[in-house]
Amino acid sequence: MGRLLVRRLGGLATTLLLSSLVIFGSLYLAPGSPENVLFGNRMPTAAARAAARHRLHLDQPLPVRYWDWLTGVLHGDLGTSMVTGQPVADRIGAGLSTTVLLVAMTMVLVVVVGLAMGLAAALLPGRVDAAVSTLTSVSVTVPPFVASTLLISVFAVRMGWFPASGLGEGLGGRIDGLVLPACAMAVLSCGFLGRVTRNAVREQLEREHVQTALVRGLPRLVVLRTHVLRNALAPIVTAVGLLTAGTFASTLVVESAFAVPGIGQLTIQSVAQKDFPVVQAVALLLVGAFVVCNAASDLVQAVVDPRLRETGSTS
Amino acid sequence: MRTTLRKAARTLGRSGTASAVLLLVVVAAALAAPLLAPHDPNQGNLLDAYGGPSGAHLLGSDGIGRDILSRLVFGARTSLLGPALVVGISLLVGVPLALAASWYGGWVDAVVARVFDLVYALPGLLLAVLTVALFGPGLTPAVAALSVAYVPFLARIVRAAARQQRVSPYVDALAVQGFGMLRITGRHILRNIAPVVVGQAAIAFGYALLDLASLSYLGLAVQAPTPDWGVMVSDSDALLKGYWLPVAAPGVLIVLTVLALTVLGARISGDKPPGYLKRRRRSAAPPDRTAVGAAA
Amino acid sequence: MSTEPLLELSSLTVDFATEDGGSRTLLAGLDLTLAPGEALGLVGESGSGKSMTVRAITRLLPPAATARGAIRFEGRDVASMDAAALRAYRDGGVGLIFQDPRAHINPTKRIGAFLTEALRHNRGLGRGEALARAEAVLAEVGIDDPARRLRQYPQEVSGGMLQRVMIASVLLAEPRLILADEPTTALDVTIQREVVAILDRLRRERGMGMVFITHDLDLALAVCGQVAVMYAGRIVELRSAESLHERAAHPYTRGLLGSRPAIDARAPRLTAIPGRPVSAFEAGPGCAFAPRCAFATRACESEPPQLVPFEGGLVRCARVEEIHAERTDKRTSKEATA
Repeated sequence: MGRLLVRRLGGLATTLLLSSLVIFGSLYLAPGSPENVLFGNRMPTAAARAAARHRLHLDQPLPVRYWDWLTGVLHGDLGTSMVTGQPVADRIGAGLSTTVLLVAMTMVLVVVVGLAMGLAAALLPGRVDAAVSTLTSVSVTVPPFVASTLLISVFAVRMGWFPASGLGEGLGGRIDGLVLPACAMAVLSCGFLGRVTRNAVREQLEREHVQTALVRGLPRLVVLRTHVLRNALAPIVTAVGLLTAGTFASTLVVESAFAVPGIGQLTIQSVAQKDFPVVQAVALLLVGAFVVCNAASDLVQAVVDPRLRETGSTS
Repeated sequence: MRTTLRKAARTLGRSGTASAVLLLVVVAAALAAPLLAPHDPNQGNLLDAYGGPSGAHLLGSDGIGRDILSRLVFGARTSLLGPALVVGISLLVGVPLALAASWYGGWVDAVVARVFDLVYALPGLLLAVLTVALFGPGLTPAVAALSVAYVPFLARIVRAAARQQRVSPYVDALAVQGFGMLRITGRHILRNIAPVVVGQAAIAFGYALLDLASLSYLGLAVQAPTPDWGVMVSDSDALLKGYWLPVAAPGVLIVLTVLALTVLGARISGDKPPGYLKRRRRSAAPPDRTAVGAAA
Repeated sequence: MSTEPLLELSSLTVDFATEDGGSRTLLAGLDLTLAPGEALGLVGESGSGKSMTVRAITRLLPPAATARGAIRFEGRDVASMDAAALRAYRDGGVGLIFQDPRAHINPTKRIGAFLTEALRHNRGLGRGEALARAEAVLAEVGIDDPARRLRQYPQEVSGGMLQRVMIASVLLAEPRLILADEPTTALDVTIQREVVAILDRLRRERGMGMVFITHDLDLALAVCGQVAVMYAGRIVELRSAESLHERAAHPYTRGLLGSRPAIDARAPRLTAIPGRPVSAFEAGPGCAFAPRCAFATRACESEPPQLVPFEGGLVRCARVEEIHAERTDKRTSKEATA
């Protein structure tokens, strides 16, 4: 188990390092010089341009700049925004808590609703199963941006229950403003998790060891809890990990749709403004979230299923 | 002709056939857009702004009086072209790589698999957003980025399927007869795994459509005046004024198209329809499981 | 005073619903009686319906299967038990040893958890006490270092040991009736005998009844007082184990005896039964064994034979008297020439 943990953390660090290299390198290769952002439409003098390049360390070779940036990142210094002049860390810090709260709300919704749908379909074959299966196959094709517009149209514009954009004051106001964005992202994920849960539980229900438990006179609910659900947990955990990672990516869309001041909106804004230091930092952050989610789900799986632990530590 | 169609319908099942018909209609609309669209998709009459459905405008018109139905019909072109390019490029890159990896095995396979895993770990949407940050918004950078992101999606499945074929006796038999790698993989392995490749390509097409529409919605892929389903959904002005049809119509169309693609893709690659589990349990469960085991 | 039988099956029939709405009979009218503490062997090839019998007794039939006829356990009708009664019956009434312990023991839980879960949930025992009992029974089934085994996962031990764990789990519940469904088929031949010997000894010590299902006639003869030979969903011969060798009357039973290599037999080669075994639904209107029987006549294929008493047992063969007479003739003539 310990060795598996070390291996996973090593792989995680490698992936992060590689993607940081890709992100930094690709922005370096971008057409047009980054300092042009500073000058906008004005044509700078050669001296002014050289000064700007020096200030941004653009006059140094790529490996040196990458090394400076990387050591800066490791010390919590993410650079300075080229548009606002603020430290990037401050801009990200402001949005991070909002995005994390949004993702957390989405995943709570997904786990509760998705599991409920999957369990209902698995345990009630026939009409309930058919209805839920139809619902899940449709909902996995509803992308967050379509769900956003439908939710805004019904619950914000028609009913006026929730704000169509922006967040209110305090935690209550923030949660109030995040309900619709969370729902918009949850639609697709609920369908996905519902499907995975149904199939995993169905598969376990047919397993022989469940018959053993039944024939020993254990109550049905105990058999369901300690054998069927317990063993179906591994694929469900994987799905939740994948979906959490995907939700971080979906914040790009949904935060823009609802004007939520989080990391996703910051990314899209910075991309539009070509604010490279910010883009670099948020991209790395989102990739990091993605990789951490995947690694975490692998580890939880190993906790849940001792068989994976075995192969993990020997190979 | 008729029997071929009937045979296809039987293999695809009811939902698969319905999906195929829907997709044919959408593709036909995209191809014949100038003939089918009742109005110019970009020409609006301000007097018709936010007009409801009528004889002249079957689905009403948007905020500057453009006919929504016409925009949907023309929008099918950009909305389908993007994902078609993405899937086409991913297949061209991914399938040969996957076939080579499965054929040679060893370190070639290990390297290819590792690269696939790495790219697979990055969300396609994020990759596309970064690319747009570099090259500016437009369909081309978005398609390029998504093509890269979709290679592992298709190639991982092709690699697994081809590996299964690789170890089957018929491949050894062909190799013993002196056939080379190109001929065996091209003529035999690829043909045998074709249903999986086509099915997964259809599913990937659906996801690519969603991703590209999301990017167009964000203003990062197809640009505003061009009719495109993703662009049409981003009409927040209509939305906030309470006119839902200009936004809902393209939204529903996206969902239906992707639904049809996933259903069809699953059927082609051989997944069983929902409810199959129940029926299987009824019929094919060996009547005497232990005895069947004992027969060995 | 007659003691009440432990288990009584009367006209037990199991039908399987097919996809096209039809149904297939897998078990066609089974009558059996088992006294407390007795062991009965149920012998037959695949498709003979022996496993369906066990599933019907434990009410573990697949959803598509329906059972008719009566199953009485200590006089109570099993089919009409409600959920609580069924649980009580399964906990301490019957215990089932499955063929494949690897599949039938939850791989994600430790052996200790598997052994103690029934004690803790059904009997309300504490963890410590349940584990202590499990440890004691593991030692009884011949497992070394039981305390360590309790902490291991199923995939960490051998198949033979896992089957002992399965047997231990059934013994822990102290049932009045053990159903053993081919308990050794999945094991190596050398381990088979050992496991069966342990099962036999512990069962006798505790006075438990047993229905032992196997396709190995010798194994059944070794551990059972009575043996029922099944073919195509029906009993074709039922008699005591000690008389079976000498007096096997049904051509199928005699075929089974002839097709096994016996060290003490002087037969120069094995005789195989021609053809393949059939299930009840595949059988014609007459005797199901007729197509493979050397003694079959036209009448055998149209008239279903009845189970009739013959030489201290029960035999389902229309020609049993004639065949037997032939055999005695041969034997006497041989003796005469000798």
